Amino acid sequence: MSAHHDDHHHAPDGHGRALRLGVGGPVGSGKTALVAALCRVLGPSTRLGVVTNDIYTTEDADFLRAAGVLDGERILAVETGCCPHTAIRDDIAANLDAVETLEHRFGPLDLVIVESGGDNLTATFSRGLADRQIFVLDVSGGDKVPRKGGPGVTTADLLVVNKTDLAPMVGADLGVMARDAAAVRGDRPVLFTSIRREPEVAKVAAWVSVQLRAWSERPVSAG
Amino acid sequence: MTADALPPADRHAMRARAFVATSLSGGRTVVSGLGSAPPLTFRQTGARTVHLVSTAAGPLGGDRLRLDLDVAPGTSLDVGSVASTLVLPGEGESHLLITARVGAGASLRFAPEPTVLAAGCAHRLTVRLALAADARVLWREEIVFGRYGERPGRCHARFDATSDGRPLLRQEHVVGDPALDTSSAIYGTARCVGTTLVTPLVTPGPACREAVVGDGVAVLPLAGPGVLVSALAPDAVALRDRLEWGEALASAPSGAG
Amino acid sequence: MHPALLLLTDSRLPAGGHAHSGGAEQAVASGAVHDLPSLSAFLRGRLHTSGRVATAFAAACCAACGAARAAPDAPPGTPPWTGLDAEADARTASPAQRAASRIQGRLLLRVARRVWPAPALDSLALAVPDPHHPVALGAAAHAAGASPGDAALAAAYHAVTGPATAAARLLGLDPVEVHRLLADLAPDLKELASLVSGPETAWAELSAHSAPALDLLAERHARAAVRLFVS
Repeated sequence: MSAHHDDHHHAPDGHGRALRLGVGGPVGSGKTALVAALCRVLGPSTRLGVVTNDIYTTEDADFLRAAGVLDGERILAVETGCCPHTAIRDDIAANLDAVETLEHRFGPLDLVIVESGGDNLTATFSRGLADRQIFVLDVSGGDKVPRKGGPGVTTADLLVVNKTDLAPMVGADLGVMARDAAAVRGDRPVLFTSIRREPEVAKVAAWVSVQLRAWSERPVSAG
Repeated sequence: MTADALPPADRHAMRARAFVATSLSGGRTVVSGLGSAPPLTFRQTGARTVHLVSTAAGPLGGDRLRLDLDVAPGTSLDVGSVASTLVLPGEGESHLLITARVGAGASLRFAPEPTVLAAGCAHRLTVRLALAADARVLWREEIVFGRYGERPGRCHARFDATSDGRPLLRQEHVVGDPALDTSSAIYGTARCVGTTLVTPLVTPGPACREAVVGDGVAVLPLAGPGVLVSALAPDAVALRDRLEWGEALASAPSGAG
Repeated sequence: MHPALLLLTDSRLPAGGHAHSGGAEQAVASGAVHDLPSLSAFLRGRLHTSGRVATAFAAACCAACGAARAAPDAPPGTPPWTGLDAEADARTASPAQRAASRIQGRLLLRVARRVWPAPALDSLALAVPDPHHPVALGAAAHAAGASPGDAALAAAYHAVTGPATAAARLLGLDPVEVHRLLADLAPDLKELASLVSGPETAWAELSAHSAPALDLLAERHARAAVRLFVS
């Protein structure tokens, strides 16, 4: 090892770095599809990086690379040792390292999306890792899910209810879901999507754009 | 086969030092120094090749043996042995110290037959290898845990190699504690352990920078300029096969392998 | 034992340790570790080889920080990090193991700099941004106020707890029984920590106990198509 490197260990202060957006939710709810869609829509105007937390192998990262929505080198996969929720909530070290590696390699970046491994309803991102977070549900999990709550549903900055096209087939009542979500989430937004039918995910992309603008314009804190 | 692991009655602990030195004469390597002392006896078997021949049993508990190799800059030396070394019990620990200096542009191949740890032996093997920056070395060590069906005695081998004064490889292998020998972290079900340090003449290319894993053998590019072939095997024949497989990969010119 | 050692060795320390199995995942995949006795043998072997090297380096680095600070007319203490790190490299033949050690070292160093800010940690980050884990652990232990002996104990503990937890998860072993195995290793931990040499020992002479099977497992794991743990 040669001496006198730059100090690559970032300070915790968030100024001068990208917005970190967590995307969480149960297995199969459409997290990876949403991340791919956001890359496709935001990519042309936004300097992007993506970190995936696969439970097995690097499947999600490989999917994103194959989708060609982003330069493959801008996608890093993190292994989570059987505990995807630990890696985004309790011990975020490996994810932070991946985010900072992307910023160091390709920076400055505007947005780094951290996709969690599929997990249960209690999994949320630590605020030390994600500045904003989206929780993705799908209707096939049943329309009771928003009512059951859990930290992901109740505290995420944005709740996305995906696969609305399947609602009639699985007997899910979107009205019930919207009402229950509003009851546990207060003013925090809920968006209904069918990423398969509307691959441009305009509503979600617009929400992310608003967050990006707010992040870049936020006042410099004293600390 | 365990009862005969006793010291020969006519053999007492020995102190001995043997050495080999090369020099450059008219652009060619000559073996300019060759010193033997029983049980370490050298025979020159080629222009630049020497073999260790056994002139007494052992090493034996209590022996203090030393072997010094000095490969002068620009020369090459090949060291082998005619038979495996059977380490026997005796009065206390046997100790074999091997030092080697390999000069700039010099080449050393050290590939003796295996060291076999007979039941009840207590052996220390210390190897100190000092390589010039561009020295080319193939250094093989094989340790067999006892003769057929025999439980091995104890052995503590320490290997230190420096390249241009900087640490290249430091390893210790300890054999003889059954609880540790059979650990799947150390030797598992193997009965032999072997390593070959290969330092190529040229900086290895990308092909040599990637580790390669085979059955019971790994080719491991070191952090410094060199590759370690590390193998475990049920017997000495399989061990040699595995090491040679790895050595071929490690020695392949960059771009191959 | 310094109380900070409890934090440094806690599996909840957010330094990425939970994602490393120290070869246990591959040992389970290969069938070599399949029950409590085979796990016990694996852990004992790991402790007395790579664990022993880790204790030696954690203690040496902790002591080096102390020595650098104690030097009366020395500039703000800068232990010779690159030399120590190169010595650790020379004892880690497997590239996969070097990578795993350096990732864990980098993550630990980052946590330690926020929790226990110290000039020695800053100098380490500058000289070697991704130090071997035992190097980072020794420096972190010193920054936290712990002694070289404490640092050694932390390194020995770290060498077995991560793999034990990983194996418990992968094999569905009774966690109480796995903890009993770890408790059985307590005398070994103590012995290893007591073997640590004094500050006068040259780094070249520090323990170099190698584990050929761990090297093989690490390289196989790095090439595995399916894995849950980083190492």
